Amino acid sequence: MAEQVEGHQQHPLAIYLYIWILLFVLSTFSYLVDYFGFQGLTRWSLIIIFMLMKAGFIVGIFMHMAWERLALITAILIPPICLLVLIGLMNVEGKYTTKTRGQYFDEQPPVSRIVEGHQTSH
Amino acid sequence: MSQETNATALPVGVTGVVTDWSGDKQAFHVPWGKAMMWIFLLSDTFIFTSFLTGYMHVRTSTTVPWPNPSEVFALTIAGHHIPLILIAIMTFILITSSGTMALAVNYGYRRDRKKTMLLMLATAAFGAMFVSMQAFEWTKLIVDEGVRPWGNPMGAAQFGACFFMITGFHGLHVSIGVIYLSIVAFKVYRGDYESRGYEIVEIVGLYWHFVDLVWVFIFALFYLW
Repeated sequence: MAEQVEGHQQHPLAIYLYIWILLFVLSTFSYLVDYFGFQGLTRWSLIIIFMLMKAGFIVGIFMHMAWERLALITAILIPPICLLVLIGLMNVEGKYTTKTRGQYFDEQPPVSRIVEGHQTSH
Repeated sequence: MSQETNATALPVGVTGVVTDWSGDKQAFHVPWGKAMMWIFLLSDTFIFTSFLTGYMHVRTSTTVPWPNPSEVFALTIAGHHIPLILIAIMTFILITSSGTMALAVNYGYRRDRKKTMLLMLATAAFGAMFVSMQAFEWTKLIVDEGVRPWGNPMGAAQFGACFFMITGFHGLHVSIGVIYLSIVAFKVYRGDYESRGYEIVEIVGLYWHFVDLVWVFIFALFYLW
């Protein structure tokens, strides 16, 4: 690829315009998921798919990651994998906390009492 | 330095990674400012992911129902109650600004100073518009709906804390981006980069696209969940 030697990224305008339109379309789709009120697994998978596609196009094309050398790509994109581990752990932890709260708190959990306390103080 | 002489014959793929990382020489064949911006953005990724993970944790662990974002952020325009419309408009504005930024980078490398400056200023203007709409959204939530970082009338108390923390930090990034864009646009117009080259526009562009990227995740995980 010629770009690797030049050191800067120069690509035809058409590709940016194409991705630009694509981002608009994908955002509209994401919005429509909410507008039509999809719920459950359908909602989740659609939101995540549109989100990841948009993220991929922004990083790959607009930020030129697709044309960078593999050394830079790996240096930037591998460390965030640690974050997936954090997300996984916190998800498990969150479920555990919910169960503990369900087990030890009454029907009226303290959280909502705090809310009401602040409401009356206004 | 041998990297200059064999620059045209760099190996690609996994061999390329090994060659680039070994032998006491420059690892990334990009301007240093661009490598540094990428590393800064990587650290910012960790910050935003920590916020979003914290939000995910409080949302999954609360026993009180979470306020429905679709209704919280709905607006009534001309008698029609439209869910999440303000957020949708903000999303489109930010994507538009991302597009103008990508074009600015392109015109920068073509050394078309006037078009580069105008496109960067347009990007900054869209950014300012985004922040204004966010200010409107915050005002509506704080004044009309009584959302506070410690509680709100709609449901789980943690909603306010997550909302103000995440969107506030993102709004701060957009505001800084608007200033950064304006400064570089002015310097482009003045011709400061004629001798140094226009890599700086691409570096500003990386920052701006990252701000848009973060919004993609906030939009999906906070507003649409």
